[in-house]
Amino acid sequence: MATTEADFRTRLQDWLPKLVLAPSFAVTLLFVYGFILFTVVLSFTGSKMLPKYDWVGFSNYEKLFALPAWTTAITNIAIFATLYIVICTVIGLMLAIFLDQKIRGEGVLRPIYLYPMALSFIVTGTAWKWFLDPGIGLERIMHQWGWESFSFTWIKDGEMALYTIVIAAVWQTSGFVMAMFLAGLRGIDNEILKAAQIDGASNWQLYRRIVIPLLRPAFLSAFVILSHLAIKSYDLVIALTGGGPGRATEMPATFMYSYTFTRNQMGIGASSAVIMLMTIAAIMVPYLYAELKEKK
Amino acid sequence: MAAVTQDTAVSTGRITRAFIYLVLILFALFYLLPLYVMGVNSLKPLAEITGGNMMALPSTWTLDPWRSAWSTAQIGVEPTGLKPYFLNSILMVVPAVAISTIVGALNGYVLTKWRFRGDTWVFGLMLFSCFIPFQIVLIPMAVVLGKLGLAGSVSGLILVHVVYGIGFTTLYFRNYYASFPTELVRAAMIDGAGFFRIFWRILLPVSGPIAVVSVIWQFTNIWNDFLFGVSFGGTSQPMTVALNNLVQSSTGVKEYNVHFAGAILAALPTLFVYIVAGRYFVRGLMAGSVKG
Repeated sequence: MATTEADFRTRLQDWLPKLVLAPSFAVTLLFVYGFILFTVVLSFTGSKMLPKYDWVGFSNYEKLFALPAWTTAITNIAIFATLYIVICTVIGLMLAIFLDQKIRGEGVLRPIYLYPMALSFIVTGTAWKWFLDPGIGLERIMHQWGWESFSFTWIKDGEMALYTIVIAAVWQTSGFVMAMFLAGLRGIDNEILKAAQIDGASNWQLYRRIVIPLLRPAFLSAFVILSHLAIKSYDLVIALTGGGPGRATEMPATFMYSYTFTRNQMGIGASSAVIMLMTIAAIMVPYLYAELKEKK
Repeated sequence: MAAVTQDTAVSTGRITRAFIYLVLILFALFYLLPLYVMGVNSLKPLAEITGGNMMALPSTWTLDPWRSAWSTAQIGVEPTGLKPYFLNSILMVVPAVAISTIVGALNGYVLTKWRFRGDTWVFGLMLFSCFIPFQIVLIPMAVVLGKLGLAGSVSGLILVHVVYGIGFTTLYFRNYYASFPTELVRAAMIDGAGFFRIFWRILLPVSGPIAVVSVIWQFTNIWNDFLFGVSFGGTSQPMTVALNNLVQSSTGVKEYNVHFAGAILAALPTLFVYIVAGRYFVRGLMAGSVKG
């Protein structure tokens, strides 16, 4: 009797860890992978307002890519993501290198650069929406300060509104990119730099040839995080431009939402979500795979 | 950010240094600008914004925009102010953060100290879930919340945030516990300590810093979430959705000062957390870029 009880206890101890992990794993399988499958299935059906299960093959995808609104959305995301990633990286790297020069007041500057990251995109959007509004914001400020010919109407201009989203998004995340690069810079062994200096390398050469190549992991992380943020960008667009003027700042995320929930084209909405997932997966999966393998 | 030393081999001349300080200060002003604009204009009467200069300090200081944003402003169709939505957000955030952090701690413990065949796969699948575009789960989630009778309720939002938050919390605790000496856990096992006893007595007492990181990360993310709130909030919308409704409302005069006060109200909790525990916030962000 005593042995079976002990036996039971050991067996329970063997199973306990898996039992503890099981709910989370089950929830992930259902709510993430099950839901992905469900959305993929819907994208092959003629669902309108509610899910229907009539197989229509690839016709939603054909319709999707024939829609001018989707073409606008993917053109916009391409322009937005490129500018956003490049500008954030350049500003982040520059600020990190500058802050790394034994700057007095670094402890004050760093939190100032980073605090926007703690804010909601809706708050960021609200602040920039009114600051860039020609009627009350920047343009008017400049006029009152005496620069009468100053004109800044991007946010009302279908051609330029997309760039105001870039400004607000860069404002929000470039400080974070700075922090990533700064952590990378502080991890570099100073002996390498000293050795190069003895060999007569100039500051410029030092950064160009030694420091920047050593920051490769930070560049990679920054790229992955920024592209992931860019593709998901929904809140900022809604708060800043609402996708307008007209449909000028439509993005895949806003497209998916409006086609699914307000235009009752669930099949097309689902297919656009699938395209978004595939784009992110193409970037994230190799990255996560490499990270996990490295850790083993 | 752990080892922040200011030691650098690079030396710079005086002109270069002046230039560097100039650039750094200009950028600081750029980052502070929207905060200044929101703060200053939330303390002015509306006429001073529409008739004056946004950069100017108020000539008549007033708290009326704040009062209005908090308790009387028109949100959607009801003149309730942001107060009820602020409470919704609190009611949603507190349980969601607590549950996801506890679950994450247990998961991290299992994944590092009770490893089993295929655990990396389990973790990998959970980790990928942090990075999916949530658009891919919106439709099925709406269906499931409807079926469960949780659509448009705070409980529904808590469920959603816990489900899509445990990937991150598990990541944090897993990476943190990975560096905790497994020999200590082994020794306790030999002494006959069980699964929960080891967790409670050995791992939990050293988990303080990572728990703070996890709580801050979850708090910031859930408080700032808009997509889930607008999709599943129904009558229990969180603060971000209410703020957006306030600002985008197309009826009546645009009360910019009230919008700015509302925006600061929506930002205050996360800003407060950032100010008191910024160090942990940065650590969370860094760990969120997977490098643990």
